[in-house]
Amino acid sequence: MIRVTLPAHLRKLAQLDGEVELRLEGTVTLAAALDALEARYPTLRGTIREHETKKRRPFVRFFVCGQDWSHEPQDKLLPDGVATGKEPLIILGAIAGG
Amino acid sequence: MSGVRVLVGTRKGAFILTSDGQRKKWAVDGPHFGGWELYHLKGSPVDPDRIYASQSSSWFGQIIQRSNDGGKTWEVPGGEKIPEPLDPPGGVSNKFIYDSSAATGAPLTTHQWYDGTPHPWEFKRVWHLEPSLTDPDVVYAGVEDAALFRSDDGAKSWQEVAGLRGHGTGAQWQPGAGGLCLHTIILDPTNPQRIVIAISAAGAFRTDDGGMTWKPINRGLHSQYIPDPTAEIGHCVHHIAMSPARPNVLFMQKHWDVLRSDDGGDNWHEISGNLPSDFGFVVDVHAHEPETIYVVPIKSDSEHFSPDGKLRVYRSRNGGNQWQALTKGLPQKDCYVNVLRDAMAVDSLDQCGVYFGTTGGQVYASADGGDSWSAIVRDLPAVVSVEVQTLR
Repeated sequence: MIRVTLPAHLRKLAQLDGEVELRLEGTVTLAAALDALEARYPTLRGTIREHETKKRRPFVRFFVCGQDWSHEPQDKLLPDGVATGKEPLIILGAIAGG
Repeated sequence: MSGVRVLVGTRKGAFILTSDGQRKKWAVDGPHFGGWELYHLKGSPVDPDRIYASQSSSWFGQIIQRSNDGGKTWEVPGGEKIPEPLDPPGGVSNKFIYDSSAATGAPLTTHQWYDGTPHPWEFKRVWHLEPSLTDPDVVYAGVEDAALFRSDDGAKSWQEVAGLRGHGTGAQWQPGAGGLCLHTIILDPTNPQRIVIAISAAGAFRTDDGGMTWKPINRGLHSQYIPDPTAEIGHCVHHIAMSPARPNVLFMQKHWDVLRSDDGGDNWHEISGNLPSDFGFVVDVHAHEPETIYVVPIKSDSEHFSPDGKLRVYRSRNGGNQWQALTKGLPQKDCYVNVLRDAMAVDSLDQCGVYFGTTGGQVYASADGGDSWSAIVRDLPAVVSVEVQTLR
């Protein structure tokens, strides 16, 4: 089970109160986590990654165990802390305000 | 019992304002989708409880929401949560992909950027939603970068009406200050094959075969700031309005100039007349008097606010050129707001109601065709769009 923290706009869109817990089959990569998130909450498709290319949207960032994973390859294995559910995968808007 | 439902899109959410036929006491419901930008909401003429909403964010992209109960509850069509973690993946929603297929699409080349250089087509947001006049599950979407999309399944899936972008002039289209946006969609109630659309800053276009083929309809437009002021395309049309009772007559607020066409857009002539400024964004037509039209003059293209600090709606009762300032109930001192292109609407009660919203967050209503005005609400986020549903 992994944990995912979403920004307020996306929590509201997916009608979530807190973190998301996702069960992943196979290797725990960023792509696998995002695939599982979008499969469970289809309304989030296109909001974090582009529909067709699966590229991260420009104003979205990923943080993992205190490190910026925004520019890491999506097929890279997530750290054990995230894979075991000890630490969340944090998805957030790149800048505040607006 | 008759009444009205005013659908207000703002920079930070949507609001629904309701009243009975007297239109004196109002209930304000919202914000819906707080924090998101609501470019447009519009109800189905066939089923008023079916409302479509365009919700967008620079961070998280474009969402389409749909209500089946008059705006009490909302859903993302096709975006329903999967009940159990390992259930099969759910549907696809909010997917606007330009059609570049050989069978039905148009090559996705480039349009012009602000400086005239080629720029790739990129989907950004939905500016305007236009539900079908006959089927609540059919809805059109005008998007940025400019294209027309259609859904036949209640906004779950979208297909580009690619004949528009591919009709031949697309590579020359250039964005206006707000982007290359398709912001106006007019469906002809007497001819289901005819659709009129407008794009900033390409101009107006029309199809007479349900969207297969399109042609520019900009003859008579004069835009001093483009290399050829009477060019076939390149005009910054801000909005077009039509009276359903007389679909061949169209009224246009262009970047500068207010214009009129009596032949479905084939030819236009200016009707700015005695307006204090013919720059503006909105134009609309009285529900029962097809020669009575409304605009809100704005000072200039560099000063997007009401001239002289006075918020005035101008009404012409004879189809243009002679305009009367309507000021009763509107601020006539120190008022510097804008009224954006989709932020005026009329109801169809016996005594026609007129509504508009401002970038200062006020929504004004007149229950007497514009003679007098009062604010329904004063302190919303900046208003982007206003639509009205007449409920009977």
